[in-house]
Amino acid sequence: MEKQKKQSQFKEVWRRLKKSKPAMFGLIVLSLLILTALFAEQIIPYKKALEMNAAIRLKPPSLEHIFGTDAYGRDLFARVLHGGRRSLLIGFGATAGALFFGWIIASIVSYYGTRVDNLLMRLMDIIAAVPMTLMALAVVSALGPTLQNLIIAIAFARIPTFARIIRSSMLSVVDAEYIEAAHAGGAGALRIILKHITPNVSGTMIVQTTMATAQLILIAASLSFLGLGVQLPTPEWGALLSEAREFMRTTPLLMVFPGIFMVLTSLSLNLLGDGLRDALDPKLKS
Amino acid sequence: MNEYLLEVEDLKIDYQTDLETVHAVNGISFTLEKGQTFGIVGETGAGKTTTALALLRLLPERTGKLRQGTIRFDGKDLLKQSLHDMQSLRGKRMAMIFQDPMTSLNPVMRVEDQIAEALMLHNTDGKGKAEIMARTDEVLELVGILPERKRDYPHQFSGGMKQRVVIAMALACEPELLIADEPTTALDVTIQAQVLSMIRELRDRLGMSMIMITHDLGIIAQTCDKVAVMYAGEFVESGTLEDIFTGEEHHPYTQGLFGSIPNLAVKTDRLNPIGGMVPDPTKLPEGCYFSPRCPHCMDICRQVHPQDVKRGTHTIKCHLFSEVTHG
Repeated sequence: MEKQKKQSQFKEVWRRLKKSKPAMFGLIVLSLLILTALFAEQIIPYKKALEMNAAIRLKPPSLEHIFGTDAYGRDLFARVLHGGRRSLLIGFGATAGALFFGWIIASIVSYYGTRVDNLLMRLMDIIAAVPMTLMALAVVSALGPTLQNLIIAIAFARIPTFARIIRSSMLSVVDAEYIEAAHAGGAGALRIILKHITPNVSGTMIVQTTMATAQLILIAASLSFLGLGVQLPTPEWGALLSEAREFMRTTPLLMVFPGIFMVLTSLSLNLLGDGLRDALDPKLKS
Repeated sequence: MNEYLLEVEDLKIDYQTDLETVHAVNGISFTLEKGQTFGIVGETGAGKTTTALALLRLLPERTGKLRQGTIRFDGKDLLKQSLHDMQSLRGKRMAMIFQDPMTSLNPVMRVEDQIAEALMLHNTDGKGKAEIMARTDEVLELVGILPERKRDYPHQFSGGMKQRVVIAMALACEPELLIADEPTTALDVTIQAQVLSMIRELRDRLGMSMIMITHDLGIIAQTCDKVAVMYAGEFVESGTLEDIFTGEEHHPYTQGLFGSIPNLAVKTDRLNPIGGMVPDPTKLPEGCYFSPRCPHCMDICRQVHPQDVKRGTHTIKCHLFSEVTHG
């Protein structure tokens, strides 16, 4: 009894998350994917992903090349693993950027009210009116296709979604009596936003972040597929798919392996997000 | 030089929306001496909470409009202070206990952090973290909460305990003025008595001035030195506690309020409420605001707004007592 009372909010959420099998599956798969990406160099050196060898082109999986080789005789396993490094970096990086700016805009808008709200949210509407992929495409074309610019472009295109969702959660918090009480205690705007409003919407933010990461990884891949992302021969999942397209009929495995990794990433993030949403919802407390 | 801690003069507050103007407070004046308690009693919608919020300058920015009047706190005109100066006053020198303890605590903050917040914000003499935490323990002890519960979250507390936490938050910096806005309304009767006696004891021990806002005449009788009866944004009657409770002459509204308290000595089947409703604050009646419900209503009451009639410390805003009608 005494012990249970001392449980922190985090432990409580973790306890509930553990009960959800799909969420735990998602968490484990995601952790494995992140680990393989982090330690890709230790598992198989990056050199192998670039090393061409015409003698062994389009070979099926073997002990030496467990995913087989691509059209230039490069090791597909190395390319998928090192490609994952970039894909995940783009996904997480862009989400972090979009979350940060979306959060700032939502905070300003919900704290300062009507006039700023109208101005900034209409601006968000304008950005959101352009399809996200198209928007990112436009930004990348303008800035030039590099990894960094790809992250900036995708993050920019995603800001309105974050701003809107966080804003609507914050609006239900800003009028709460404990915010008024904080004002009465002498707290200023910054403190109220950071200490009182944000923690109360963190649940929404966490769930949105996991879901967005999955989407943004796919968008990054589609931009790379179109040739606007990471430039060849640097491996990246979308770029791998693009390369594999030519050999779809003869060597479909070239497409299958990066495809499986993408599906797994996206699936695990979504399962985790769903589980987190349930675990963070106080109404489902049991 | 300032014998009064707080002087409010002719305060008028409207809530302005696109559709209508709500006249929430219509020209109230009062003074509060150091160490005294001033009670404001009135029914729901009389403008009590609006008055309290105005004192801290916490009226909703978009709609709440302070039309006229002055608020002087310790000689300083509060309405001329910058936002920054107000922030350093709030919580430090004037604090507020909010109505509903269930909603006035941040659900995701530990209780100790919420109490420590005011201390940290007003940490002008550079206290260390340990000192602040020690003070937090002290305040918690003051309101009767065991220190081992300070790391709990609000949902782990009962209603009465939450109200204690809210009071601890207000008391953390030992304010000179404590505004208690219906501090016991959300609590049940036994807890009410505990919380009230605690507030009284703390006030006496810390030598605070207090504004007690309530709709319960019993609470007023137990805590206040001076009382004002508020109706439709006005003080219809004000004076010392004795003036209101034992005085000979009363505003008909005050009579009605006292009349609606059931008398334990006499057997009554029905309670004796004041007939009618509080007037719509967007369309206040001409003349006296109480005239539509007043049992002693005269012709003049429907046309001319009554002036304050002073009898020593006792003030009544009613034509029944003004010289005009008495000749």
